[in-house]
Amino acid sequence: MIIAVASGKGGTGKTTVAVNFALSLRNAQLLDCDVEEPNAHIFIKPHFKERKVIYIPIPEVDESKCNGCGKCGEVCVYNAIAIVKNKVLIFPQLCHGCGACTYLCPQGIIKEVKKEIGIVETGSKNGLQFSHGKLKVGEMMAPPLIKAVKKKRLKDKTVIIDAPPGTACPMISAIKDSDFVILVTEPTPFGLNDLILAVEVIRKLGIAFGVIINRSDLGNDEVIRYCRKENIAVLMQIPFDREIAVAYSKGIPLVEAIPKYNNEFKALYEKIRENIGHQEAKTQRKI
Amino acid sequence: MKQIVIISGKGGTGKTVLTASFASLAKNAVFADCDVDAADLHLLLKPVIKEKNIFKSGFTAVIKEDKCIECGKCIEVCRFDAIKENFFVDSISCEGCAFCSYVCPTQAIEMQENVSGEWFIAKTKYGPMVHARLGIGEENSGKLVSLVREKAKEIAIEENKDLIIIDGSPGIGCPVIASITGVDYAIIVTEPTISGLHDAKRVAEVGKHFKVPLKLIVNKYDLNVNITKIIEKFCNDNSIEILGRITFDKLVISAMVEGKTIIEFNKGKAKKEILKIWERLKKDLKKG
Repeated sequence: MIIAVASGKGGTGKTTVAVNFALSLRNAQLLDCDVEEPNAHIFIKPHFKERKVIYIPIPEVDESKCNGCGKCGEVCVYNAIAIVKNKVLIFPQLCHGCGACTYLCPQGIIKEVKKEIGIVETGSKNGLQFSHGKLKVGEMMAPPLIKAVKKKRLKDKTVIIDAPPGTACPMISAIKDSDFVILVTEPTPFGLNDLILAVEVIRKLGIAFGVIINRSDLGNDEVIRYCRKENIAVLMQIPFDREIAVAYSKGIPLVEAIPKYNNEFKALYEKIRENIGHQEAKTQRKI
Repeated sequence: MKQIVIISGKGGTGKTVLTASFASLAKNAVFADCDVDAADLHLLLKPVIKEKNIFKSGFTAVIKEDKCIECGKCIEVCRFDAIKENFFVDSISCEGCAFCSYVCPTQAIEMQENVSGEWFIAKTKYGPMVHARLGIGEENSGKLVSLVREKAKEIAIEENKDLIIIDGSPGIGCPVIASITGVDYAIIVTEPTISGLHDAKRVAEVGKHFKVPLKLIVNKYDLNVNITKIIEKFCNDNSIEILGRITFDKLVISAMVEGKTIIEFNKGKAKKEILKIWERLKKDLKKG
């Protein structure tokens, strides 16, 4: 089973939920897919055993043979290739690595070279399997690196994915193909606004999901009301507690600082299993 | 005319609260919400929309069933696994590169332009605002950020404004890079947690990479004063100007719940500290 932890708004507690959920489960794997700002390792402190550099293919033109026909620039929809005075200029930051220019060059003089976009590190801690990606500074394209982290998935584990914030391509790359998504929010106007956007994305993807409300006593009850109206399961509420905030600041997992949360996260797992069961039954009835 | 952007690396450190506070203090500015996939600035500045526009960007492959001979060439060349075995295009995986349409022997693949969002020109009581909404599951947030900035700049020139205040997005990727290039300063708002420090360092590296001058604010500094000091030392070692510290103040949330900036709210320690930071920033902006 793959469970992704996401949110529209940043800083609502995705990493807290993902880390402590993974720590409270047996036979789990945590994949930190927030490759722009990965933080889960701060709490898990894994021993990394493997470090893999991730590349995307970018074109390289053999200038001595290029006749400046401009076909490559014409087919590139990302504006990563410009033809200036019959010379080919390549902007690697804009390249998605689709390969069209290389394949379609009439002279066959474009070859692909590897460009580093980041690294994937893999290790473990007390039986918990862990991988994360780190986007290279200055790189724009997070999705190919997120896909590389997800390739580390182990089939026999309960996989927890820590997703990046937002509702754009990095978030979608991270949660795609999950069995369930937990949306972490906070009961403020910002939290609600971004929750609604995230719900729209997940409904479009057709993944079962539920909500966790963090710092549940700071703010108002609009989030709860929205969930009720939309028939969205509120799986857990975590009240604001200075002790939690201070433990977080030091990189101490919640389940270590306040052990009773171990049971809460175990109960969360059961709730999610039940919830998936319900949703499946519903779809089957529809068929 | 000057441009400043508020970024953070880590999400939820207070970018939008600060942007809105500065907006309510600026006398002659334009505001741009460049967190296009989770925009919140409008909740505090309450813009009245004057102009609504469609943002078109990118393409999606569509296979015409009547022309398709199921040769499989498209599946073979697609590097995004966007074409399934039944010759159905998964529009979420499709990156619109059009490679498939070039190799299709029967010209059965059409590239359709995506409507990827909307952008707005609006009025707030503090000045003009440009904001946007990225479509559900759409790409090209970086392009939409650039568009929002371009429009804000046009308005600033037209209306003789001397400042553009940009609300950035979390992370260090595509939209962040699009929001920081060419600004006069990027202000990093962080929090005194190991995560906040880790992420601020990464976003500072991005700023350095693109040669953007950096300033930093530690928000909720009293949650962990030791880490606040470590962050400030990092700034001193890397010539990042420290603009100030802001106390963790629950009134910030109370103000947000009422849809107000903390400056419009009557009280609070955080309010005083933000006012002080603004005065300092104003001096810097005058200096040039």
